[in-house]
Amino acid sequence: MIDAKGLTKRYGSQLAVDHAYFTVGAGRVTGFLGPNGAGKSTTMRMILGLDRPTAGSVTINGVRYSQLASPLREVGALLDAKAVHGGRSAYNHLSVLAKTNGIPKRRIAEVIGMVGLDSVAGRRSGGFSLGMGQRLGIAAALLGDPGVLMFDEPVNGLDPEGILWIRNLMKSLAAQGRAVFVSSHLMSEMALTADHLVVIGRGKILADEPTARFIERNSTSHVRVRSPQMGELAPRLAAEGWEVRQQPDYSVHVVGADPARIGDVAGQNGLWLHELTLVQSSLEEAFMRLTADSVEYHSTNAQGAAADPLGLPGVPQNVPAWGRPGSEDPE
Amino acid sequence: MSTEIKDSFPSTPRVMADGSAGSGHANFGRLLAAEWTKLRTVRSTFWSFAVLIVVTVGLTALFMAITAATWNNTANRNGNARTDLLADPARTILTSGLGFGQLAICVLGVMVATNEYSTGMVRSTLLASPHRLRTLAAKAITFAVPVFILGEIIGFACFAIGTAILKSHVTVSLSGPHVLRSVIGVGLYLGMLGLFSLAIGQIIRHTAGAITATIAMVIVIDPLAGLLPDSWGAHVAGYLPNNAGVLLMDPTPTGSNVLSAWEGYAVFGIWVAVLFAIASWMLVARDA
Repeated sequence: MIDAKGLTKRYGSQLAVDHAYFTVGAGRVTGFLGPNGAGKSTTMRMILGLDRPTAGSVTINGVRYSQLASPLREVGALLDAKAVHGGRSAYNHLSVLAKTNGIPKRRIAEVIGMVGLDSVAGRRSGGFSLGMGQRLGIAAALLGDPGVLMFDEPVNGLDPEGILWIRNLMKSLAAQGRAVFVSSHLMSEMALTADHLVVIGRGKILADEPTARFIERNSTSHVRVRSPQMGELAPRLAAEGWEVRQQPDYSVHVVGADPARIGDVAGQNGLWLHELTLVQSSLEEAFMRLTADSVEYHSTNAQGAAADPLGLPGVPQNVPAWGRPGSEDPE
Repeated sequence: MSTEIKDSFPSTPRVMADGSAGSGHANFGRLLAAEWTKLRTVRSTFWSFAVLIVVTVGLTALFMAITAATWNNTANRNGNARTDLLADPARTILTSGLGFGQLAICVLGVMVATNEYSTGMVRSTLLASPHRLRTLAAKAITFAVPVFILGEIIGFACFAIGTAILKSHVTVSLSGPHVLRSVIGVGLYLGMLGLFSLAIGQIIRHTAGAITATIAMVIVIDPLAGLLPDSWGAHVAGYLPNNAGVLLMDPTPTGSNVLSAWEGYAVFGIWVAVLFAIASWMLVARDA
């Protein structure tokens, strides 16, 4: 289990990670979601002891990474596919890591088989494709059979087959009872893989909750209704307690109802319906709205979106405070 | 690269692969084994050692052969070589080729440290062993020891070849005063030079910059120190890392040396110790 308490990283005047509190539990895939530059990689590097936090702390199974006696047996991490010496063969790379933690030789062959690199294990990794490099990185992460696994943007640059493979891998690792922490800037990807989400924007944790709940809170839906007898239908829908919004194209958007109930109301009153459509705003949209203010580098278009009042149910209170001068540092 | 790979994921939670996890502790012996594996599984190590041997032994043989062949030809430039040789035969034999061959150790020593950063391997290294100073110590030892051993072999090889080529002109034997120490000094000097380069590589982190800095310290600074006025030049030059270090390979030091052989080696060692102190401090303080 990973436990971050007030984790903070400052580069000069830039606050890359701002008092982050979150936990990553066992037996599930926890998605670490945020736009590029939000502080995902910095947070992961602090968890792994590569970067030193400016303030706060983070522990793995109750211990700081640097205090782990045999780190590869407790944590496996894929930070980027290029954490290897290209002149060394895949097998030798894994052998170096295995020796450091006293992991038996046959485990090397085992993980090479698991990621499907058997045929190229003796080749120098410098010639590997991105997908092969990623597999080598995953083999290294699995080497010590750790209970905690971390992947930083693992599907970046992979072909669809590779993406599917990684998704299945992460799910099966979580199903085995391990804690899996995976970062991504793609909400759609996380919706498919993650059971739990930690959302980060400009270094601040915006949400830490089950994926289903995040989706429920942040995606909005309505039913589009068209009827030649709208004059009679609309008041009856409103009488049910639903919000009815007249649209310029003479359709009506009904919020808070499901299509079947609307059909029932129309049928009970003998009214005709020409359209009854459930319109769901995409999760991607919800995520973009949630993080719009926290995107560090955005196009002018996105800037417009950022100016839009969020008005989302359940958005944490601290959200509108971003961008206010001096709001970055609560002290 | 096919989808059926996913079927081979381990299907049940397990502890260590064989159940007999042992401690798995990343202890120092394991770090040494890992660093040794790193060193021997990249080509640059082989090539640098090959260059060191071929250049040092080859040039020693070549220079001695030229000197011997032109022994009686006092008019040509090699008259100087002959004077040097007569004054201090062992030193000339041991250092003439080494002056060039040692650059291979400078380059390799730097690269052993900087490769970690240029390739990104350092992240894998530190994930496997987060104790940074222990890792640096293991790296230094696994590099210096093979260089020392190789240096001893080269020292004795150069001495044997050089004395054989010159035997009709000069007599020098291992039993002569300080000669054995000077031959053994080749390995000690190269081992220390390897550590010197590695520390600079660890501080600078960039291969090209660190190689430039190392070679500047070994070769370029000495003539600059000579430009200093009066006895300043001799004193400053005498304490430069390389000048101090080579004294160990000189059985008959001339009066101009400010340090004795072992004092010189100690000064070289202090340089290395200071560089390692800086490198260690930076390694711990900086983000990897």
